[in-house]
Amino acid sequence: MAWLLALLQTLLFIASAPLLAGWLKKVKCRLQNRRSPSIIQPYRDLRKLWRKEPIVAHSASWIFKATPYIVLSTTVLTASIVPLIAVNLPTAKIADVVVLIGFFALGRFFLALAGMDIGTAFGGMGSSREMTVSSLAEPAMLMAVFTLAMSASTTNLSEAMKYVLNTGLVLRPSFVFAMLGLMLVAVAETGRIPVDNPTTHLELTMIHEAMILEYSGRHLGLIEWASQIKLMIYGVLIVNIFFPWGIAQSFSLESLGIGAMSLLLKLIGLTVLLGLSEVVLAKMRVFRVQEYLSFAYLLTLLGMLSHIILEVQH
Amino acid sequence: MSLFFAYLSVVAALASGFLALATDKRSELDRLVRLLSQPWPKLQVRAEGIFSAAHYAEFHRNSLFILLGISGVSAVLAGGTALLSGVVTTDTLPFGLPWLNWHIRFDALSGFFYLLIGLSLIAVSLFGPGYVREFEHGKHSLAVLGLFTGFFVAGMELVLLADDAFFFVIAWELMSLSSYFLVAFQHEHASNRRAAFLYLLMAVVGAIAIILAYGVLASFSGGLTFDHFRSLKLTPVWSSVAFTLALIGFGMKAGLVPFHAWLPEAHPAAPSHVSALMSGVMLKIAVYGFIRFTFDLLDEVFWQWGLLALLLGTASAVLGILYAMQQQNLKRLLAYSSVENIGIIFIALGLALIFFSGGQPRLGTLGIVAALMHCLNHSLFKSLLFLGAGAILHNTHEQSMENMGGLIHRMPRLSGIFLIGCISISGLPPFNGFVSEWLIFQTALQTGNVDSGVIRSLIPTASAVLALTSALAAGCFVNVYGVAFLGLPRSRHVASCHEVSHRGMLAGPAMLAVLCVLFGIFPAPVIESLNVVTGQLVGNTLPQVSAMGWLWVSPVAQEVASYSPFLVLVGILLTVWLCYQLFYRQSGRLEARRADPWDCGFGGLNARMQYSCTGFAMPFRRIFQPVFDVEETIEEQKSGPDGFHTQRLRYQLRVSDRSWAFVYQPVARSVLNLSKWASRIQTGNIRTYIAYSFFTLIILLWGIS
Amino acid sequence: MEITQLSHYQQAILLLAALIVLTSFLMLGQSRLLRLVFIFAVQGILLAVTTALAADVLDSPHLYISALLTLSLKGIFIPIMLQRLVISMGLHRDMETLKNPARVMMGGTGLVVFSYYVCLPIVKLSPLITLNTIAISMAVVLLGMLLMITRRQAVAHVVGFMSIENGLFFAAVVSTYGMPMVVELGIAFDVLVAAVLFGVFFFHIRSSIDSLDVDQLNRLNEVEK
Repeated sequence: MAWLLALLQTLLFIASAPLLAGWLKKVKCRLQNRRSPSIIQPYRDLRKLWRKEPIVAHSASWIFKATPYIVLSTTVLTASIVPLIAVNLPTAKIADVVVLIGFFALGRFFLALAGMDIGTAFGGMGSSREMTVSSLAEPAMLMAVFTLAMSASTTNLSEAMKYVLNTGLVLRPSFVFAMLGLMLVAVAETGRIPVDNPTTHLELTMIHEAMILEYSGRHLGLIEWASQIKLMIYGVLIVNIFFPWGIAQSFSLESLGIGAMSLLLKLIGLTVLLGLSEVVLAKMRVFRVQEYLSFAYLLTLLGMLSHIILEVQH
Repeated sequence: MSLFFAYLSVVAALASGFLALATDKRSELDRLVRLLSQPWPKLQVRAEGIFSAAHYAEFHRNSLFILLGISGVSAVLAGGTALLSGVVTTDTLPFGLPWLNWHIRFDALSGFFYLLIGLSLIAVSLFGPGYVREFEHGKHSLAVLGLFTGFFVAGMELVLLADDAFFFVIAWELMSLSSYFLVAFQHEHASNRRAAFLYLLMAVVGAIAIILAYGVLASFSGGLTFDHFRSLKLTPVWSSVAFTLALIGFGMKAGLVPFHAWLPEAHPAAPSHVSALMSGVMLKIAVYGFIRFTFDLLDEVFWQWGLLALLLGTASAVLGILYAMQQQNLKRLLAYSSVENIGIIFIALGLALIFFSGGQPRLGTLGIVAALMHCLNHSLFKSLLFLGAGAILHNTHEQSMENMGGLIHRMPRLSGIFLIGCISISGLPPFNGFVSEWLIFQTALQTGNVDSGVIRSLIPTASAVLALTSALAAGCFVNVYGVAFLGLPRSRHVASCHEVSHRGMLAGPAMLAVLCVLFGIFPAPVIESLNVVTGQLVGNTLPQVSAMGWLWVSPVAQEVASYSPFLVLVGILLTVWLCYQLFYRQSGRLEARRADPWDCGFGGLNARMQYSCTGFAMPFRRIFQPVFDVEETIEEQKSGPDGFHTQRLRYQLRVSDRSWAFVYQPVARSVLNLSKWASRIQTGNIRTYIAYSFFTLIILLWGIS
Repeated sequence: MEITQLSHYQQAILLLAALIVLTSFLMLGQSRLLRLVFIFAVQGILLAVTTALAADVLDSPHLYISALLTLSLKGIFIPIMLQRLVISMGLHRDMETLKNPARVMMGGTGLVVFSYYVCLPIVKLSPLITLNTIAISMAVVLLGMLLMITRRQAVAHVVGFMSIENGLFFAAVVSTYGMPMVVELGIAFDVLVAAVLFGVFFFHIRSSIDSLDVDQLNRLNEVEK
């Protein structure tokens, strides 16, 4: 039963990820006084891409062709260990949050290799930048996770959420810092403004897009879908770790319904926030990203220190 | 039983060494064999076949490596039986000083490191015959290479067997000296000679520190055997002195920053299969020495030691990988990456020390287990990568990655094996490198149990640096794989190369790759067997590790953290298969069409337009600039009015290690100054020298009376 | 007592304390003067809110007056004055980037750990968890000094100085229920006067050495080089 539910939840997760992307686009358009495409536009785009014939460069090896599948599958696997509308899932035991970071790293490893596979300058540039950004983001992310784990004394996501639920509302300075840090990291890792611009058309300013410049058709569709899922994973992580209220603790239909509704509301709130920040900020120069990410690291470090200094009795 | 295999392994290694001496003695051997086999004509015919000029070289080469292989297999057997049975065997050999025979002790810890030697050695002995073939026609005799390889392996194994300080140091020196000759093997290049000398120098200094460390223990215990040391109770000051000396001595051999300078010089200089052994195994022997000394021989540990080890480990990890990233020479890069991995191991050991001194033996045990796991994993993937680099070198004669590219099309099998090594060393799930790093993170996460708040805030910071390290490692090996194996070939040699022809040269790395995957997916049995080691060493085990079944790892407790790499792998494979079914099959098997890559509409893309490995590493160089000594020069040749038109551009980059300027040069200068000062007594005047003798005589006479 | 056992007001004090340290760090990394002054104002406002909360938790109504004073002086008046100064002297477009921001930030976090270490004996005296904020106030003081060390701009020095005062005030509030009213009023007045005097001095310094870069004052050195 629990395994079945976990499977269903994963399916729900990956199926609704494009919806989140569509909604985000809508929010952004509204904020910029533009007319927005329909909220289900990402589904249409994906369907169109999946049907198209993929084009592969002459110099590409099997890595280039295998990468979309690997990236998608690691992302789906990551989605399966993140509690979405219910905690106590058996899948959360398979991998804890450190492994989650590892999964993202694995997907990125292959994407970066695929970027270098063709042998054009853009791919190498994208790979180099992506690895740079991620290597700076990873310590900050781990520090945020540490702060959480030091309070909850677990790295199992499901257990950690349960801990936050059971202690009720506590104004922990460390959590505030960790959340801010994690948000900054999430923006960097999902390639959003101000770190990267997913809708850019200039090759030289790209990070993520330069890496996947050569992809087309089915392959591109898989990668796009994977990055939508990734965005959703970060969103769910942030809202469910720091505001887990409403998430289902038992598998009754009623509590699952409440879980889904509360998640919906929380995600809507978060995307409005993200949309706002994207509207008011401009993309940074590549070498400003390090300052941005070291600020994220500073935040998480302060979170950890404030946990030690302020939150425990000596 | 285990001891028998251990001896067999040593003897086989020595035999391989001595057999190597027969390289150029074909005619003598031939005559000898004829003489001996005269009574049996059939045998004589076969012997003639073997000892004919055409076949002798191959026969001899193969038998050298077969002996090494036997040594490897029996080392694995010895280690395996010691780990499984958990029996400690002791022995004394009738060698050594008259009043101190060589004491032998073979326990689970030695057994574990024996296993580690054995696995790499088997791979090397598969790889070796194909690789050394090119040396046969070179300037240097195989005899030297084979002799010292055998001695080197035997030396490492004897270090593990030693149970008294005297024997330990002798074995240690055997290991160091024979590896010196291996580094100096291709001594026609001045750089290799310099590397070998540096290596020798630092090995000697390290050995002195180790001898002094044992000296501290020996002077208080009145004996040289380890049993004497174990029962010794030292004052904190003296035991700290001993610890510091041991850390310096073993750290120098292991390549801890700032004692790492020899490593990136020596490893590329040695032949590849030897560098695989040096980097994969010898550094671990130093770790073994450190573990033995600290956790076994010293009776008490202090948190300050742990902090020191943690700091040195963190510095090594992050500096090692940052320097690795800036290298163009593949083997040099791998050597720097060894510095990084040794740093990771010392982070785990530092955590273990902190937890042990803080009265948390279970967490300390977890730290040791994590360190040992990483030792094993690193020895596997680092040997793999060095052998892979050797295979590339063998086929393309290129060491610099700037000249490689596109090898995946030319060496498909090797590139698959190398990819596994790259993923493992980057610490990515579900392969083995990730398991040990995950264990270290789990150890560090238990800092909530430490009393001191300062340490509690330092440990997470150190582990954030560890996260940075593993992310940088991923970047570094994307760079390696992407530049060397993917893209377009950057030189003619590389464009025309083929898969290695010798089967063993693929089988060796392939075996290691299989082990990397296997230990990554089923880590629980390995960790379980490490319980024997920690049980003997510190009297503590991790009972919870496979509480959820042998497919799961839960180092502390089920609800704290758990990880099941097997299920992860199944999940990945299942989703890949599903995606493939859904998107490839369902789309009517729409095949991908081949076309030219995007060139902005200008056309004429060529291999020189690719990102080079220097270019790939540029953002890292810029962000972590304070760490490097960067010298950048751009020469421009301009023409036209006001130098408007740039004709030629020459870009030069030199990135060097800061430790030279900060540590080594001051030391070298002060040694030089000291020796200049001391040389004043050498006046050159004969009468002064007579006066020296005169005063010495007077002082001696005075002393006697 | 862990944080989970405190009331929400007390938790809020801890949270605000942490945010005050954050503002100190932000000041440390800020390269534009106007933003620096703005963050200083935020720190003042946070301090005022903390004081008001402390007044409620500790049940000492005179702290409300301190809170009001803090808000009006450090949250509004001094920042506005500094802002005007910066604009009138045309310094608002100046950028003073730190040479090595990472090292300064690392030093800053080191200072936080250090002040925690130093304050540990005091904290252990009492089971009151809000006493833990002593370390925070100490850190704010030290970070203010670090700000003054790393900057060359005289205005930044003034901000650093004021933030040191913020730290001291915060320590007084959380550890001793605030200083006696007379002392507090005196200090508030002092700070005000100091701010005004600094303003006057800026003009003098600038008119005599043409710059507000304090490194230029090195020229006043009488020792022959």
